[in-house]
Amino acid sequence: MFDNPRFANRSELLGIAVLALLLLAILPLTLDVFRLNLVAKYLTYSFVAIGLVLCWGCGGVLSLGQGVFFGLGGYCMAMFLKLEASSAANTKIQSTPGIPDFMDWNQITALPFLWQPFHSLTFTIVAILVVPAIFALIVGAAMFKRRVGGVYFAIITQAIAAILTILIVGQQGYTGGINGITDLRTLKGWDIRTDHAKFVLYFVEVACLFACIFAAQFIRRSKLGRILVAMRDKEDRVRFSGYSVANFKTFAFCAAAVFAAVGGALFTLEVGFMSPSFVGIVPSIEMVIYTAVGGRLSILGAVYGTLLVNAAKTSFSESFPQLWLLGLGALFIAVVLAFPNGLAGIWRDHVQPRLSGSGKPGKPWEAIADKTPAE
Amino acid sequence: MFGDYSLGDLAAIFAMQGFAGLILFSVFLLMALGLAIIFGQMGVINMAHGEFMILGAYVTWMTSNFFQAYLPALFSGYFFVAMILAFLASGALGMLVEWGLIRHLYKRPLDTLLATWGLSLILQQCYRSIFGAREVGVDLPQWMLGSFQVTDAIQIPINGVFVMCLTILITCAVAYVLYWSRWGRQVRAVVQNRVMAGAVGINTERVDRYTFALGCGVAGIAGSAFTMIGSTGPTSGQLYIVDTFLVVVFGGAASLVGTIASAFTISQAQSTLEFFLSGSMAKVLTLLAIVGILMLRPQGLFSLKVRK
Repeated sequence: MFDNPRFANRSELLGIAVLALLLLAILPLTLDVFRLNLVAKYLTYSFVAIGLVLCWGCGGVLSLGQGVFFGLGGYCMAMFLKLEASSAANTKIQSTPGIPDFMDWNQITALPFLWQPFHSLTFTIVAILVVPAIFALIVGAAMFKRRVGGVYFAIITQAIAAILTILIVGQQGYTGGINGITDLRTLKGWDIRTDHAKFVLYFVEVACLFACIFAAQFIRRSKLGRILVAMRDKEDRVRFSGYSVANFKTFAFCAAAVFAAVGGALFTLEVGFMSPSFVGIVPSIEMVIYTAVGGRLSILGAVYGTLLVNAAKTSFSESFPQLWLLGLGALFIAVVLAFPNGLAGIWRDHVQPRLSGSGKPGKPWEAIADKTPAE
Repeated sequence: MFGDYSLGDLAAIFAMQGFAGLILFSVFLLMALGLAIIFGQMGVINMAHGEFMILGAYVTWMTSNFFQAYLPALFSGYFFVAMILAFLASGALGMLVEWGLIRHLYKRPLDTLLATWGLSLILQQCYRSIFGAREVGVDLPQWMLGSFQVTDAIQIPINGVFVMCLTILITCAVAYVLYWSRWGRQVRAVVQNRVMAGAVGINTERVDRYTFALGCGVAGIAGSAFTMIGSTGPTSGQLYIVDTFLVVVFGGAASLVGTIASAFTISQAQSTLEFFLSGSMAKVLTLLAIVGILMLRPQGLFSLKVRK
């Protein structure tokens, strides 16, 4: 896996540097804390988008259930924070002090078994990384071993997202129901609701984001990443060359799941609550569209795509709520029909050649448009 | 838990619960038929399927209002007119969508999914702007209200029976069109081998367009039938889309018998579980079981054996 000496070429490094400049210097200096917190919220989705670049763009496995992993990460974090917020002193007016308020409202008198370990921060962090990975491993291994792919995989992951949402909403006493887990206050005694905390958390998040970008870049540049691309384009040939296609797909799916879960956990920290409305079918598909708009093959494109679509969503739905859905729908269709490589493709095919002064367009990217379905 | 009921009560409960399951079965089957044509035969993932259904429902609502205002004498028969109009409206929209969108994406099934999701957002917003965000319901004609009194304890609502009869009729019609008509043979030929079908003189583009339109039209009829048992809002279609896809996938794509069998299994399982558990847990368990079975048997209940 280490036989590829070049981790990133010059223009890719430049791109990462520009993104770092934007996120670490320009945005924090120009935006107030409220707007910066919005950016932080958007960036948590870009973790999911980066995962989708690996899994969908490179590996050709479209998951419509990334909200599940986003939610698993987010709920793990929220459970820890909620337990800290509902100490016996804070909840002494309840009939059972020391358990989260929604449990008390639902006549639950003891902390459920599943919640017990989330008193520990170490366990929580491990759980954020491991729970989604195991879940993705089970789902991925079961399906890819039986050569379920493409469309069927997308539908089944979507069904899983629906199941988890119904389950969370239905089991109100254990999960907080439709409202989710709200009223989170402190992390190890450090108040996460202050402006200062939001500012610090933003930088923590950007650091995590770059860790994810480097990890994704490493995977893509390695031999593993090339096998993923080969598999996407001609699955049978890779299989006949002796590679276990199912294992590679499962790996890509698990990696995407872990990225999504990290994003979800950071979301809980930034926004201060977690609810099933970030788990279901609609958010899962929206996360796919961020990736598609940014360019499904470009890691940095996914980050920019997420930021742009969300910024547009916020500003449009503030001023023209009616137009927003029309615009989002049209964006889906336009990206799919006209720009299958998204923003990154436009940048690479039209902007970059002009900048470099050669005047002729670069080599066409890995042509998605002519790809025949893998089945 | 059965201690409080007498034997006769229990029998009545099970009969009514079974009948509720049959109505759910009709609903699932009506929804899935259109998708079985579009997804099962053509392999196109139409995420806007629910919105085509809702179009049918709104057409029915408008027809009912029209009859109420201008032709009150014929009101008892408006539903049959509405169904035909719903079929035509959804079918026409389907044809337009196929021409503008789907035909560019036959080689990229995953991208169809995204594009049609975008379409569903647009349609939802259109419905909201035109018909308002509130759910609308139609007035049923007199003969559809009330219920048959089978025994003292068992009542069977007439509109439920009507929807069931309608389902059977439409299923037979779709089966006839797909398996016994000349046009259905062309559809299946195009599905199995597009190039060869073109070589023997079938206009494959036209077959695609009409197949898609037929699927959408059937969705329109399903929406029309829905208005009899529930109300319609701009986002009602989205609620059903996952169930519908699972019905088709679970039954085995490209198999009409499979779709019927899976709609029956899923609806009966769900309505039986609903009696013992809460509604949401019944749904979760049913869906989990389907996903589990699909992981073990990805080709679904009935699979067409075709040499690839």
